[in-house]
Amino acid sequence: MNYVQEHAVGAIAWRMLTGDRAKYLGLVFGVAFAVMLMTQQASIFVGLMLRTAAQVIDVTDADLWVMDPRIIYVDETEPLPESALWRVRSVPGVEWAAPFFKALSVARAPDGRLQQVFVLGVDDATLAGAPSRMIEGSVEDLRRPGAVVIDRVGALFIWPGEKGSETGSPRRSDVGRTLEMADRRATIVGTAETSAPFTTFPVVYTRYSEALRFAPPPRKPLSYILVRAQAGEDHAALAARIAAETGLKALPWRQFAWETIRYYLQRTGIPINFGITVILGFVVGAAVVGQTFSIFVLENLRQFGALKAMGVANGTILRMVLLQGAAIGILGFGIGIGMAAAFFEITSRTNVDLRGFFLVWQVAAGTAVAVALIIVGSALLAIRRALVLDPAVVFRT
Amino acid sequence: MSAVVEAPIVQARGVVKDFAAGDESLRVLHGIDLDVRAGELMLVVGPSGCGKTTLISILAGILSATEGEVRVGGRALGGLSARKLAAFRRETVGFIFQQYNLLPSLTAAENAAVPLVARGERLGAAEKKARLVLERLGMGPHAGKQPRQLSGGQMQRVAIARALVHDPAFIVCDEPTAALDAASGRAAMELLRDAARDPHRAVVVVTHDPRIYGFADRLAEMEDGRVTRVLDEPAAIRALSH
Ligand SMILES: Nc1ncnc2c1ncn2[C@@H]1O[C@H](COP(=O)(O)OP(=O)(O)OP(=O)(O)O)[C@@H](O)[C@H]1O
Ligand SMILES: [Mg+2]
Repeated sequence: MNYVQEHAVGAIAWRMLTGDRAKYLGLVFGVAFAVMLMTQQASIFVGLMLRTAAQVIDVTDADLWVMDPRIIYVDETEPLPESALWRVRSVPGVEWAAPFFKALSVARAPDGRLQQVFVLGVDDATLAGAPSRMIEGSVEDLRRPGAVVIDRVGALFIWPGEKGSETGSPRRSDVGRTLEMADRRATIVGTAETSAPFTTFPVVYTRYSEALRFAPPPRKPLSYILVRAQAGEDHAALAARIAAETGLKALPWRQFAWETIRYYLQRTGIPINFGITVILGFVVGAAVVGQTFSIFVLENLRQFGALKAMGVANGTILRMVLLQGAAIGILGFGIGIGMAAAFFEITSRTNVDLRGFFLVWQVAAGTAVAVALIIVGSALLAIRRALVLDPAVVFRT
Repeated sequence: MSAVVEAPIVQARGVVKDFAAGDESLRVLHGIDLDVRAGELMLVVGPSGCGKTTLISILAGILSATEGEVRVGGRALGGLSARKLAAFRRETVGFIFQQYNLLPSLTAAENAAVPLVARGERLGAAEKKARLVLERLGMGPHAGKQPRQLSGGQMQRVAIARALVHDPAFIVCDEPTAALDAASGRAAMELLRDAARDPHRAVVVVTHDPRIYGFADRLAEMEDGRVTRVLDEPAAIRALSH
């Protein structure tokens, strides 16, 4: 098999594929639809799971989270004694350790509306754990008494009816608005972009000392200790050292995020139900891809049979089919991924409930592998019949 | 001609073919002896199911004989691997099918060029040669058309061009006129007879169509897996068609 022949045979395979434009476009869009279904469902699933760990992921300045040994996921807190902070700070390899407060509270807007909110309290001195993506105002404004920073979408929940920013016309600034939490007044000094939490409650950031007062009684201080490792320190090793020296649970942030995700996966029905949807999306997508492509190959069986009768070798016929499959797969995948990306691009702008859902590259890669396997598999299955040279196929009517 | 008798292009000796039918095996050919000479057009006729297609499939290297020996162009086909058989078909055989089996999305010239491409030629160069053959067959003006733009007779001419383009020593046709009207069938047979005039080539045509018997140099009659007689007298062949 030489290069020239590959070239010419490839040209013939390409013509066979594209000769019937309607059928060809049907194939490509069949694959594209399947790809979109698979990536969209899987990405939403991944996004949903990431939401459960949103508050861990959003704290970008800590390497480790230290907590009560009974804690298994981020949303169920057990307070630590104040002394724990000092014990953690004394562990070698700790650059700094900061208190972190997390509680569920109820906010009342001036017009009386009520809304559950997460109150996150960050270290008074360093503001470690404060949001990193400020939209309005500055993190430093948190130092003012009664100051809070609210997440952008949370503000939309509390003050709906003013969705100006979602439709293009400028929304009235949230800075300067006031909220009441646990009978105490809070003034909004800024807004931040945060990851959407699983429960979609607004997230209110404030200083640790203020946060305690914004939470409803019984007030449990010191939910977590955020730790920054010294440069060059191995995070897992430091976590083990902190655990050994303090008797507390210490986890690198990634691991804590994963354990939170795993908790939701195992303990709530939502991920399981949604997981079934994802699997169905893959099965339906795989069936569509496999079916369209094997029908294409079977429709061309007589043509392949004639080519084979004329002495075209099995390997060449196989390569022709795989080339056709690759062409359909790559085009369909590109279009399907594009449609899925466009879906998330549009929904993330127009629908606050779908914010934080995006096309995860791992999902795109997984879908690519799945599509490749399905196409190669269905090509091999369908072409088997053309590889056995049957005069009945070639000579009969 | 010298006194030396040229070896026939196709030689079949004692060819037996069994097909597996469930646990049993079904004997379809019962020891066929047949020669097809250079420069000859041979018709193979016989009732449906008597084994005509099976026989030419074996002669053309598409099927292997269960027993017996087949030589084409001096080459024994027995024991050749699938790969070697494919190479044999590429080099030595031209095919014409009842349903033409043209690739619908290729032009007439590209279709006729396929055997050259299978042998490793560039599509462009192969297409040029195919156009010359199409012109010889009166298809020059249609070389750029796709099969669906052609009549049945024109499609069969493209198929004949495809069978000739690589100048094979042996051309097999299964019912080449079955799908054609009388005039187109005659025209196709004239082309095949001309092709058979080449002293290095033999043509075998399987047919049910008595109207074309007159084109035969010789005619082999088959019945129930056997060649019952071979006629070579034009008068006898003509008599059969009435
Ligand atoms: N692959 C196969 N397996 C089993 N039996 C087969 C196979 N191919 C052909 N046969 C049988 O062999 C016999 C001869 O078939 P063949 O196709 O050679 O007949 P034919 O003379 O060409 O008939 P027709 O004129 O209808 O085309 C038939 O009985 C057919 O059923
Ligand atoms: Mg037949």
